[in-house]
Amino acid sequence: MLNYVLSRLLTFIPTFIGVTLISFSFIRALPGDPIVVMAGERGLSAERYAELSAQFGYDRPIYVQFWEYLTGVLQGDLGTSFVTKRPVWDEFFALFPATLELSVCAMIFSIVLGLPAGVIAAVNRGKFFDRALMSTALVGYSMPIFWWALLLIIVFSGNLGWTPVSGRIDLLYYFPDATGFMLIDSIASGQDGAFRSAVLHLVLPTIVLGTIPLAVIARQTRSAMLEVLGEDYIRTARAKGMSPGRINGIHALRNAMIPVITVIGLSVGTLLAGAILTETIFSWPGIGKWMVDSIFRRDYPVVQGGLLLIAVMVMVVNLTVDMLYGVINPKIRKR
Amino acid sequence: MSLKYTLAAGLLMTTLGVSASAQSLVYCSEGSPEGFDPALYTAGTTFDASSHPLYDHLTEFKVGTTEVLPGLAESWEVSEDGMTVTFKLREGVQFHANDQFTPTRDFNADDVIFSFDRQGNPDNPYNQVSGGTWEYFSSMSMPDLVESIEKVDDYTVVFNLTRPEAPFIANMAMDFASILSKEYADAMMEAGTPEMLNQQPIGTGPFTFQAYQKDAVIRYLRNDEYWGDKAKVESLIFAITPDASVRYQKVQAGECHIMAYPNPADVQAMKDDESIVVMEQEGLNVGYLAYNTKVAPFDNVNVRKALNMAIDKQSIIDVVFQGSGQIAKNPIPPTMWSYNDAVEDDAYDPEAAKAMLAEEGVEDLSLKIWAMPVQRPYNPNARRMAELMQADMAKIGVDVEIVSYEWGEYLERSKAEDRDGAVLLGWTGDNGDPDNFLAVLLGCDGVGAANRAQWCNEEFDAKLQEAKVLSDQSERAKLYEEAQVIFKEEAPWATIAHSVVYMTMRPEVEGYVVHPLGGHIFNQVGLSQ
Repeated sequence: MLNYVLSRLLTFIPTFIGVTLISFSFIRALPGDPIVVMAGERGLSAERYAELSAQFGYDRPIYVQFWEYLTGVLQGDLGTSFVTKRPVWDEFFALFPATLELSVCAMIFSIVLGLPAGVIAAVNRGKFFDRALMSTALVGYSMPIFWWALLLIIVFSGNLGWTPVSGRIDLLYYFPDATGFMLIDSIASGQDGAFRSAVLHLVLPTIVLGTIPLAVIARQTRSAMLEVLGEDYIRTARAKGMSPGRINGIHALRNAMIPVITVIGLSVGTLLAGAILTETIFSWPGIGKWMVDSIFRRDYPVVQGGLLLIAVMVMVVNLTVDMLYGVINPKIRKR
Repeated sequence: MSLKYTLAAGLLMTTLGVSASAQSLVYCSEGSPEGFDPALYTAGTTFDASSHPLYDHLTEFKVGTTEVLPGLAESWEVSEDGMTVTFKLREGVQFHANDQFTPTRDFNADDVIFSFDRQGNPDNPYNQVSGGTWEYFSSMSMPDLVESIEKVDDYTVVFNLTRPEAPFIANMAMDFASILSKEYADAMMEAGTPEMLNQQPIGTGPFTFQAYQKDAVIRYLRNDEYWGDKAKVESLIFAITPDASVRYQKVQAGECHIMAYPNPADVQAMKDDESIVVMEQEGLNVGYLAYNTKVAPFDNVNVRKALNMAIDKQSIIDVVFQGSGQIAKNPIPPTMWSYNDAVEDDAYDPEAAKAMLAEEGVEDLSLKIWAMPVQRPYNPNARRMAELMQADMAKIGVDVEIVSYEWGEYLERSKAEDRDGAVLLGWTGDNGDPDNFLAVLLGCDGVGAANRAQWCNEEFDAKLQEAKVLSDQSERAKLYEEAQVIFKEEAPWATIAHSVVYMTMRPEVEGYVVHPLGGHIFNQVGLSQ
């Protein structure tokens, strides 16, 4: 197992360098100069341009800029945002807890509903429940997030008034960030009703962000289960009179988990980086919107730093998923 | 109301939203400020959150007009030759305090000098702090214009200029001219945290800064020591809500009292909704199509006029602006002084346009129209606008090709004097002065730069130069009115539209005034019980 972990960790190094290089060069490959974008319609003179370019260090050869960036990154310095003039590191960690909180909730939501739904559909293959569930999953998977979010807001916040429209907590509650996780901070604040308000604010964004992973997990679980249910050892288990609950719940599900975990692992990456629309609609102060804004402003340090941090997170999640394979399937860990 | 009571009430009223707490005004803003030191930035969203609630300026715009009033300067005097401006400063004005800083003295001349010196003097310790680029200061030509600033005594400051410049007094009311505390700046420099000036702002304005959570919320408290009319609400909250439909939902649900920038498509529904109040005003902007007057056949005024007559502006207003715009006939908006309402616009007449082109011997004309890749108040959808123009031009036998570039490229390439094609672009005013539109966009100095029509008309330019050095507004207005007549005759642009700015609010909001300069100002806004 230790060798397995080490070999996985070693693959980290080339991936990390690759990601650094890609994030550095991609934003620069986009047409558009951050200084010109900043000046907008007002424009600026050639001298002023040269001055600013020198000030930001963009007049130096690209390899020098990359080298400085790389050495900075290795020392934990991701640079300073071109727009807000604050360190990228600080900005990221001020916003990341919000994205993480939402992503974790969405993940839990999609697993808790998706796994059982997939199992039930597989067991009832071809019956009404299976068909209804898979059609719903297809709809969920193809739904435009933007439209889905607005629909939920109009129905549940507008017409029914059950949930707040957007934000992380009611504006009446004010307490400084302790952890950045609103669910924790609201309890720590000791203010009556703060936690309830934070939970209510999470409901709609969680559903919206969790919809696609939910559909994917349900479909993946169903097909993996179907495959396993056709195996000989399941027939043997049935033949020796084992209860269906035991067969499905323990023997079949555990063996069906490998592809499901892969999908869950991949979804985490999508959730972290892809919460952009959800965050924008629900005014959720996370990293998705921050990254998009920065791309439009050609805020090089933020885009490259943010991409790098997200990539590292995804790499860590994938590593964890690889470890989980080993836990679930001893054959993998011995290899 | 005690805090405990407010919270209990809040709990009770969670579903009813903020309307229960009459002392907090909640504004659904469209985005996050870049920072809180206005001189470092150029975006209106940043100014709404910094310059207006937190700071004062030597002069101030009267909210709702472009008229200039005394601010931190009680009065000013311009010398005979227009080269020296003397400001008499207000006494007894206090700066805000925060956890790190408590002012030991009142506002005085040192603060004024510091606020400008840091922007123009490379040796000022704050010149490079927060990557200071001072874009607005430069783009208003302040480095060339201001020779020196002198302190005569604690409450008298003299600006020595390099040339007479009538709009200078209005420039002092602009956001980049916000007055910061030198004492605070020195204290933060000493503490090794000069960036606090931008992150924990201290000003003299009607609100004090309480807290900012990036992309979520900004909180302000009323400044009870304010020298002028004190704010009507105890606290002001900006709930940052980037999506326009969501902002509208929040206003309906009572989670916000007031919002900016509704979707044009929602405006009619808002007007029909009795529980919502919609205010509107023409924005201080203009959207235009600039021909390249240096390239044949567009150097021929009759060709330009013919093309102008081919454009159906009303359909553009209906389709592109969805009603939230107004046809433009002059290069300056109607809310600006010196707007010449007597000017007649080129009538929409494709037949006459066709005949005019034939008369000039122009056949098989083809034209590139540049469509901006971004949304702007003066042009919400340039691509769509270009397509409509393409269809209009086809009716008179002109073949139009639509081109576009990434925004930065677009701005750069469109400056070229040999540019192929006509450019869709626009402008939003800075200081409410006509010079800020006419000279910047159409003056001879701007050829090869902001003057996208590459148009240099000596008669027109002479009027602008003359008006710039006069200090009497009515004399200046007369010259600008004449300049607008020349502009219309010469047709370097097709003037297209001025946007209409909407502000959506709940009925309990009292005293909000739409500001023609574009800012959202809540200093005198209250809530009825």
